[in-house]
Amino acid sequence: MRDSVTPAQSAIHLADVSKVFGKAGSEAAYRAVDGLNLDVRPGQMLALLGKTGCGKSTIFNMIAGLTEPSSGTVRVNGRDPFRDFDSFRGRIAIVFQSDRLLPWRTAIQNVELGLEMLEVPAMKRRATAQLWLTKLGLDGHENDYPHALSGGMRQRVSIARAFATNANILLCDEPFSALDESTAGRLRAEFVRLVKENGKTAVFITHSISEALEIGDRIVVLKRPAKIAYDVSFDADTGQQERELIRSRIGEVLSA
Amino acid sequence: MSDTAPQPGSPPRANMLLAAIKRLGSSALPFVVVILVWQFASLFFPRFLFPSLIDVFWRCLEIFSSGAMFADVLATILRILAGLAGAFIVGGGLALLMVRSRAVDHFLSPILTLFQGIPALSWVVFAIIWFHGIEFRIFFIMVMTTLPAFTFQLLGALHGMSRDLMEMVFSFRPTRLKLFRVMIAPAILPDILTAWKVNLGNASRVVVVAELVGATGGVGYQLLQQQQLFDMAGALAWTLQLVFFVLIVQGALTLIENIAFRYRAVSERAI
Repeated sequence: MRDSVTPAQSAIHLADVSKVFGKAGSEAAYRAVDGLNLDVRPGQMLALLGKTGCGKSTIFNMIAGLTEPSSGTVRVNGRDPFRDFDSFRGRIAIVFQSDRLLPWRTAIQNVELGLEMLEVPAMKRRATAQLWLTKLGLDGHENDYPHALSGGMRQRVSIARAFATNANILLCDEPFSALDESTAGRLRAEFVRLVKENGKTAVFITHSISEALEIGDRIVVLKRPAKIAYDVSFDADTGQQERELIRSRIGEVLSA
Repeated sequence: MSDTAPQPGSPPRANMLLAAIKRLGSSALPFVVVILVWQFASLFFPRFLFPSLIDVFWRCLEIFSSGAMFADVLATILRILAGLAGAFIVGGGLALLMVRSRAVDHFLSPILTLFQGIPALSWVVFAIIWFHGIEFRIFFIMVMTTLPAFTFQLLGALHGMSRDLMEMVFSFRPTRLKLFRVMIAPAILPDILTAWKVNLGNASRVVVVAELVGATGGVGYQLLQQQQLFDMAGALAWTLQLVFFVLIVQGALTLIENIAFRYRAVSERAI
């Protein structure tokens, strides 16, 4: 069930990537990622699973181009997301763990943020933002400031903000972890539907096995420091029994 | 997707009006008490010590209506605003350099701290010794006395920006100008307004000192004249011009705050 993607086919390609925080070789140095190799094919929904502190967010930041690897190669659509930072404008969208809405902007202005960076004309920007707010069930809340929205609504605004730019790579860092299970479940289902409908390549960080099984069509389990301990792909046809086997295998890997 | 936002109930209009009157009343009360105490004292003390506030009122009116005298008030106001604007621009530039480079921060911070310890009167003496032009002297004094506060306040604001929000905006790969417009400017605006409010009070005190010794016009110069004439009503009337100016500008800044920060949640429970 292991996924086999060649670097040339990859939307995201990590080769022998390591990240050390602090001065390398010193006692204070902390190796967050250690020689990681990972390829994600276009249109794939990859769930990155691991315990807290295993380097998931560091990998996430390296793919997003917000952190530079200490060694190794990171490529997104064949280019270095850190060094060619500006060239990825509108190509990578991120949904963070917390909604990270700008408090001085209304819901619709927050959704428009990425489109503003892409110099989309104001009328088109507003129409696109409105469309995404409607898709996510936020009609009537366009002009509400974040403080007037519930946690679930704020996270939906942040999802709308990520989708509005029509980026083909979507990175999600435990976006539903701060929500109650009922709201998280509904948003998760909505999120999977939107990703599939729009043909996005998505990397979804989570520490929940159930969430990984629900979201991903591939699960990569990381051990500390971030190194692949288990890599499994499946699809809608994968039966319940097989999924339970995957679940128990992941459990074993995580508790090892 | 049916979770809904909390809908706070709005109090009736009459209650809001009553609350506004109460707020106004409680704000005005301290002033009313001071006025009454002064007026009471004027009944028992000579005019040159505690003049009647009615006399002071007429002197204020005279300053307002006389073109020559009001020009002195305007000159002082312009000196304050020019000095503050100069210090704000220079301080903003220094704060940006300091936030971008730790080395610059380490170099400039002690210098600005040193400047903060120099009394305004010393800057007045330095300006008189170093420069010839009256207006430049006053501008220099205003800038030097308010520069450290502006710089440190803006530096604090830049350091205090949310790292999470900054990362989020960065993830959209903004240009420098867009980053400033969508993130930095709105994030530091509250601190900018606070810095202006604080420095406005300082500047209005310093400008009078600067004008007392180095100017041939302005509120400070007029105060010196009143002192020589032993005219307390005149001294009070000229002082009130500056107080009115500070109150008007503070009111304008508060209005800007109310409009710019309407996004802020208001808790029903006060600190």
